[in-house]
Amino acid sequence: MRVSIICAVALAAAPMLASAQDRNAGRNLAASCAMCHGTDGRGATGYQPLAGVAKDELVRKLNGFRSGATPATVMHQISKGYTDQQIDQIAAYFAAQRK
Amino acid sequence: MTRKFDRRDFIKIGGAAALASVPFLPGCATTPSKARVVVVGGGFGGATAAKYIRMWDPAIEVVMVERGEAFVSCPLSNLVLGGSKSMADITHRYSGLRRHGVSVVQDEVMAVDAAKRTVRLARGGDLAYDRLIVSPGIDFMFNEIQGSEAAMNAGTVLHAWKAGPQTSALRRQLEGMRNGGVYVLSVPLAPYRCPPGPYERASQVASYFKKAKPRSKVLILDANPDVTSKGPLFKRAWADLYKGIIEFRGNAKAVGVDPRTNSVKLEVEDVKGDVLNVVPPQRAGDIAVKAGLITANNRWCGVDWRTMESTAVKGVHVLGDATLSAPAMPKSGSMANQHAKICAAAVIALINGQQPDPGPKIVNTCYSYVSDKEAMHVASVHTWNDKSKTLTTVPGSGGVSSARSELEGAYAWAWATNIWQDVLG
Repeated sequence: MRVSIICAVALAAAPMLASAQDRNAGRNLAASCAMCHGTDGRGATGYQPLAGVAKDELVRKLNGFRSGATPATVMHQISKGYTDQQIDQIAAYFAAQRK
Repeated sequence: MTRKFDRRDFIKIGGAAALASVPFLPGCATTPSKARVVVVGGGFGGATAAKYIRMWDPAIEVVMVERGEAFVSCPLSNLVLGGSKSMADITHRYSGLRRHGVSVVQDEVMAVDAAKRTVRLARGGDLAYDRLIVSPGIDFMFNEIQGSEAAMNAGTVLHAWKAGPQTSALRRQLEGMRNGGVYVLSVPLAPYRCPPGPYERASQVASYFKKAKPRSKVLILDANPDVTSKGPLFKRAWADLYKGIIEFRGNAKAVGVDPRTNSVKLEVEDVKGDVLNVVPPQRAGDIAVKAGLITANNRWCGVDWRTMESTAVKGVHVLGDATLSAPAMPKSGSMANQHAKICAAAVIALINGQQPDPGPKIVNTCYSYVSDKEAMHVASVHTWNDKSKTLTTVPGSGGVSSARSELEGAYAWAWATNIWQDVLG
């Protein structure tokens, strides 16, 4: 009985696995930002809040830091450590968080 | 199949005292936990892991065992020595973790039985786990500096390299020192906890001397050939702000201390001072030794950086300063916080029968204050490298401040406030 329940759950979850992994990829990458910008990008003092900010705006800002177009004290150094795809995933994660 | 953390466990782990410290977990009566994770140590690594596991998968039960009643931050503790911050500013309660449903048990883990998957608590009883996270910080290799342990126990020569009672005690020694006295700071060979920490400390003490006892001196006796972190930035600050106050000597390895003559013994000479602050060489905290987690040089714990799982003991994950650092990775609170997030994600995946993230990426940002207002940083991005099977820095990323500034001083304090909240809140 127990085994069959587990199998059923696993079966139901299987088609969602890829998207769950993608979602976790964004979550895991974005977790690095929390030490300065607050858990899930919320509630930080002295740093820009990230939760609920539009994805395009976050991508634009991060790319600005990365290219050097936007002056920064540290974000120009950190943003250079990420690929376009990773910046996209991070921005999507924060955009989906409540403010 | 594991049991819930129920009344029988409370009784097993030490009766009324433990029971009082562990609140009922919200939702426990209706949602049986699918697994129990025990976290050893409530510092930057352990507390972050405990919080993030509960946040990302509330069906996992988390019990965090921590000796201390409260969290005392090593980052910013040098400002207590300089006098611009107090112990209250760097001390924080664990109540925020309890709100996440973490059971915080004030006790000490004395032994790990990895075969039975239990830990033994100092107050008696065993606690079962499905996965164990050990974030023990560092302990000291006193035997490398003759006389240091006795002097430390007598309270005459302090390390103050774990924030807490020694931080306050060293501050009192500095306050009691005569104007015109010499404060000697002995720095061990790298790797040690917080690479820029000694130089920030020297700056903070010099800042205090400049205001309160201007004829006094700071003498850094460094076992390393040169300043190990943010070297040019520190040296510029010392020349600009503390000329004639701070003296740096490289290749000056302490081999002994003599409290009778108030001197630090180097290989070729003895150096006298008024306040001696000797930071001994370090290794992973004692419990890592007892649990058989040490894999390198009798000092550090090897881990798989994709999961933070020990390379020596299955089912046990190690975080923070205790790890055998990946290339160019500092032993910092910032890194421990980031290790914890790799670990939390991996532990949740493993418990749920999923693949852990195959390519984690984490960030280090460390600020150092050179006065009560000005600070500078070092930053790096570390990513899984499939060729070298470890985390390596991303080429072209990271770096240090162009110059110290009050703006970065403000960011540094905000960093501390925000990371404390991320760890505990």
